[in-house]
Amino acid sequence: MTVDHKDTANPERRHSSSPPSVGLFATCLVDLFRPSVGFAAVKLLEDAGCRVHVPLAQTCCGQPAYNSGDRSDTRAIAEQVIGTFEDFDYVVVPSGSCGAMLKKHYPPLFAGDGKWEARAASFSEKVFELVSFLDEVMGLDAVSARADVSVTYHDSCSGLRELGIKDQPRRLLKSIDGLKVKEMRDPDVCCGFGGTFCVKYPDISNTIVGKKTKNIVAADADMLLAGDMGCLMNMAGKLKREGSTVEVRHVAEVLAGMTDQPAIAGTGKG
Amino acid sequence: MQLTTDRFKQNAAEALADANIQRAMRNVEGGFIDKRVAAISRLPEFDALRDNARDIKNHVLTNLDLYLETYERNVTAAGGKVHWAETGDDACAAILEICRKAGARIVTKGKSMVTEEIGLNDYLAKRDITPVETDLGEYIIQLRGEHPSHIIAPAVHVNRDQVESDFRRVHTQFDPNRDLTEPVSLLGEAREVLRQKYFEADVGITGANFLVAETGTSVIVTNEGNGDLTQTLGKVHIVVASIEKIVPTLEDTAQILRVLARSATGQDMSVYTTFSTGPRRPDDPDGPTEYHVVLLDNGRSSMLGTEYQEMLRCIRCGACMNHCPVYHAIGGHAYGSVYPGPMGAVLTPSLNGIEKTGQLPNASTFCGRCEEVCPMRIPLPKMMRHWREREFERHLEPQSARYGLGVWAFFARRPKLYRRAVSFAAPLLARLGGSKHRLASLPLAGGWTRYRDLPAPEGRTFLDQWSERQAKAARRAK
Repeated sequence: MTVDHKDTANPERRHSSSPPSVGLFATCLVDLFRPSVGFAAVKLLEDAGCRVHVPLAQTCCGQPAYNSGDRSDTRAIAEQVIGTFEDFDYVVVPSGSCGAMLKKHYPPLFAGDGKWEARAASFSEKVFELVSFLDEVMGLDAVSARADVSVTYHDSCSGLRELGIKDQPRRLLKSIDGLKVKEMRDPDVCCGFGGTFCVKYPDISNTIVGKKTKNIVAADADMLLAGDMGCLMNMAGKLKREGSTVEVRHVAEVLAGMTDQPAIAGTGKG
Repeated sequence: MQLTTDRFKQNAAEALADANIQRAMRNVEGGFIDKRVAAISRLPEFDALRDNARDIKNHVLTNLDLYLETYERNVTAAGGKVHWAETGDDACAAILEICRKAGARIVTKGKSMVTEEIGLNDYLAKRDITPVETDLGEYIIQLRGEHPSHIIAPAVHVNRDQVESDFRRVHTQFDPNRDLTEPVSLLGEAREVLRQKYFEADVGITGANFLVAETGTSVIVTNEGNGDLTQTLGKVHIVVASIEKIVPTLEDTAQILRVLARSATGQDMSVYTTFSTGPRRPDDPDGPTEYHVVLLDNGRSSMLGTEYQEMLRCIRCGACMNHCPVYHAIGGHAYGSVYPGPMGAVLTPSLNGIEKTGQLPNASTFCGRCEEVCPMRIPLPKMMRHWREREFERHLEPQSARYGLGVWAFFARRPKLYRRAVSFAAPLLARLGGSKHRLASLPLAGGWTRYRDLPAPEGRTFLDQWSERQAKAARRAK
């Protein structure tokens, strides 16, 4: 697959001749459950002209601790991530939720801490969610893949509300020949995942995801896409439990034209 | 009211199984949200007004002492009296004393969440003073012996059939064969009953949406006009309001009014916006002869200067609960506190302590829709997270959750060890998933697999595959 990209939208980059170095923060869910997303991200970034590095000393962004009120473990993990990734030109994350954690939630953890405050601030400026990075920094406005498929796109909450990711993935998806986007009702309403929420309050989470899968099925698309593995696993798990044949994939897989792997939670009733 | 937040999970399970609540919540999901969107789309400066509203309240909260004193001075100058109440009991006692002096046996009430907070109705009823709610929704839930399930739509959980049977049960003065099938006939009957109560009541009690410091004015917004009748027909008008309702000027009031109804019901303005300054003056055609304001603290002043101070900007529009997926799932009663939904999840622990209310700030997906729609730009998820931090510091969360988190954090802080663990687990889980690529059950994952399949890993971890790929490329390069 070849990739069209503009001269590049980023003023810092415009005058630089060498390709930007990108540290890929794969996220713990991609690492464990969906390596395909990691490889799709690498392909998209390399096609866009980036040099991609994947540091092996990465685990998780720290959200489970952060959202459980455990600030000291969160901070220890944040220091680890910053230390590992701060020397790249950019840090790219194939997840709105983990991206927002690194970009928006790390700096306040270090407020008032002389040395770390500045490090965290300059680190956070380099962090981008994958699709918005391709769009905003690399100026990518089309991918030249072909896919005869209809897709419906779920806006994951953190990406949408903390990072403003809404039009970018849809724009890139619509550039794919043969692909049709069918909007579901309430694409911007939470799927009920919420990290530990879904196992702490399974009954409530189930009701919320049940409404979501109803809207997904009603959209009558072949494929459900989103930019966050947590939400995708939640929706895929529910769809398959309900016997739905909708294929569930991370948006990066489709943008990269890498859909050979079985879908998340498999295909069909099995 | 009795807090039942400690049985939140049972409450929620019951609500999820209750067909009436589920049907009612679907109406919340539809109506309020679409109307709000329509209203703000007609007002291009809506976001600028939100900034302004936030700034006004921030200014008030940094100078609250000054504005409260100014407010009291101006209430007094207009012939009214301010009663300071540190606790709910203090407020109830002050209200009782005023009622007794007026010889009141029946008091009418406009809609007021703060009187729910202090348990005023029970308090008065036990002392032979009959409170009568005059807002239709409040009246219905009073007949049912319930509490509001929504701060602006208190009876949103009740359906028409239930109202009809409540009216037939209580309004025995009417012909038992009367036709109550149309909502308008229910409305007519309630109006007929309540009109009589206004004339019998000696005291009218209202809340306040704003207390205006520069004029000593209290402001209420209603859609039924019941608040006006409550406060003008009785001999005595008592305003019960909490201290953060203060705004400096009438102009500030107008600014915040522009975001209030739009956020709440999607109206440009409520049907009635009523300004009350002191008792009836000699030339006034009507109005109460006494005007009292009971100013309630009840824990709010201790929120000042803390990470929860911003919560005091809340103007009780209800937009946060109207947009909350958890509220939509379980309704307001399941929260077991006076204030439900996201604003309640922050405010209730502030007022009642985190020990018994810890479930509330935890029962959120942090989807952020509440903060997105809050007209006062209150960072509700951030403050819920702060409550989780207080819980964690004090070891208040369940032992099992803390243990699980501890094990996870031990690995997450040690990348090499972590890699070894997931490198071992990933292929194993992938094999368990088999050709279906998912698991219907897994030990220790019952919370997940009770309702959903667990997608299986694809095979080896990304980092393992990546490092192998890099090693091969390096060998080729040699």
